[in-house]
Amino acid sequence: MRVEVRVFATLRRYLPELGIGEPKIMDVPDGTTFDQLREMLGLPADEVKVIMRNGLQVEPEDVIHDGDRIAYIPATGGG
Amino acid sequence: MTRKILRINMTDLTATYEDIPEKWAKWAGRGLTSSIVFDEVDPTCHPLGPNNKLVIAPGWVSGTPAAPSSGRTSFGGKSPLTGGIKEANSGGLSSQKIAKLGIAAIILEGQPKDGKWYSIFINKDGVKFEDASDLLGKGMEEVDRIMWERYDHKPAVIGIGPVGERLAANAGISVNDPENNPGRYAGRGGLGAVMGARHVKAIVVDDKGGPGVEIKDMALFKKGRKKLIDAIMAHDLTKPGGGLNAYGTDVLMNIINEAGGLPTRNFSSGQFEGAAKISGEMIAEMVEKRKAGMTGHACHPGCIIQCSNIYPGPDGTIIASPIEYETAFALGANCGIDDLDFVAKMTKACNDLGLDTIEMGNTIAIAMEGGLLEFGDKEGALALFDHIAKGTPLGRVLSNGVEATAKVFGVHRTPTVKGQSMPAYEPRAIKGIGVTYATTPMGADHTSGYTIAPEIAGIGGKVDPMTYEGKADLSLAFQATTAFIDSSGYCLFIAFPILDIAEGFEGMVESVAGVMGWPVEATDVVAIGKEILKKERLFNEAAGFTNQDDRLPEFMRYEPLPPHNVVWDMPDEELDRVYAWVHED
Repeated sequence: MRVEVRVFATLRRYLPELGIGEPKIMDVPDGTTFDQLREMLGLPADEVKVIMRNGLQVEPEDVIHDGDRIAYIPATGGG
Repeated sequence: MTRKILRINMTDLTATYEDIPEKWAKWAGRGLTSSIVFDEVDPTCHPLGPNNKLVIAPGWVSGTPAAPSSGRTSFGGKSPLTGGIKEANSGGLSSQKIAKLGIAAIILEGQPKDGKWYSIFINKDGVKFEDASDLLGKGMEEVDRIMWERYDHKPAVIGIGPVGERLAANAGISVNDPENNPGRYAGRGGLGAVMGARHVKAIVVDDKGGPGVEIKDMALFKKGRKKLIDAIMAHDLTKPGGGLNAYGTDVLMNIINEAGGLPTRNFSSGQFEGAAKISGEMIAEMVEKRKAGMTGHACHPGCIIQCSNIYPGPDGTIIASPIEYETAFALGANCGIDDLDFVAKMTKACNDLGLDTIEMGNTIAIAMEGGLLEFGDKEGALALFDHIAKGTPLGRVLSNGVEATAKVFGVHRTPTVKGQSMPAYEPRAIKGIGVTYATTPMGADHTSGYTIAPEIAGIGGKVDPMTYEGKADLSLAFQATTAFIDSSGYCLFIAFPILDIAEGFEGMVESVAGVMGWPVEATDVVAIGKEILKKERLFNEAAGFTNQDDRLPEFMRYEPLPPHNVVWDMPDEELDRVYAWVHED
């Protein structure tokens, strides 16, 4: 399955090759969960506050679908 | 010493220090400004007429030794933008200095009989009225500079730019920051015009030799302060090097965009293809690349979050401070502009002329939709500020905000509630914030009930942004808690760590209890906040507001918002439930 992954703010240091907002295009095996993908990317669990699929929040144990736009989001807020 | 009310009457140019009456004795910050406005301002008065007042109040803990991030000043009055009660608060130097002079609130009332303009100097010896004719027409950068030359001890300067002098409905009140720049604003709702209508160009506050703030129970205060500091320093968002410190509030740009809730091109889309270019990450990159400016800037002494920034241009000279998420949304995404340098130039113009950046950016977006210029026309957008500076008829229209400009340009897509335009979260995609926009007495305002924390950021719990279920209660709980924090002098951003860390919340309340000698506990916060909301709500009702004013604009009910293609269809009865308690309790 092909997916695109984005990381923001303080999580960007784990994928320093990506520009701001730039997606990482990846092939992942069928049945991969968001938590497993997080591990594969080397993102520490305690730094990921929210995970989104196509702009909607998902749980770490949810299974990824082909074509998903995925984002791992650290603690954020402001305004 | 007990706190005093400083009443400044511009009609007869007198200043009197009054004992704080029992009915106001427990209040500070927003709780005090809203109580005074409720008691002393006729809700039916014209906001620019002789009977409105501007009330300025530091919070409960402002000016105390090293209470962290506690430099917020509340400004209150009847809003020229909404026609309802308004509290807008700001960082900068003023809160701690007013508090250290032993002043609970400044009430600015009346209008000079001679039609002249004044500046007001306040220090430990009292109040001086000075002729301000030499300051008229000047921007806040110059006013701040002049005041620091004129007075010793690096005083706080509260002032209005030319837009406030012209009594425009989008005039904010500037407070200088520690570097004496005018970037800190009580921006929303046009309170700069309320100050202008008193013919006061600036209020300068020097706290040198002042009596300081009395702390009734020092042990309790210190205990609470430590718990609060520990929470702020532990939380990933607010700790040193955390999201806010490293990227500022604009850390939200990419994330709200990802969630499909970033208002774009006059609220016609929830995603902006240029979001990354105007994000907090880009601000940090520019500061690093251009070897100038800074992130992690403190907007007032004693802030330990330090979310502000100073943004440099290509040649390393400073353009503006700060670039906030709201600023980058309004002057950027909502105008289809993806150039941070232009966002910064427009921010500088807003700060100097005395404009709220949210309302201003949204107003430019309306002008774009109305055909005055194209979306994305950054040069054209920047040139509009020349009109505002000169006070041309076009400039004066634009200075009066979204609704005025929409009428002039025949635009029906007006993202306003109670006359005030929406900040940087699309309510069709994030429903809880829509409840806050609709129902808060302030008009569309994110800070008055920031449900974004649980809806997007997973802070203070986690709820689905797309559902209506539970959102009426969620918004009310946030609105009430916020009214309490807005009264404390603490920056609202302390809410993020203390929503996740219970000891921090206790500590915040204990620090307040310690200062006031008031047996208040964490479980009392919502009830105290509701006392404030009730006064604000009743003021608005007396000013003519009904439940029909607690609605989002019509176009949001029938125009689906990409990318989620959702409309706003929360039942009106649910919205009406949020404040039903005002007449039941």
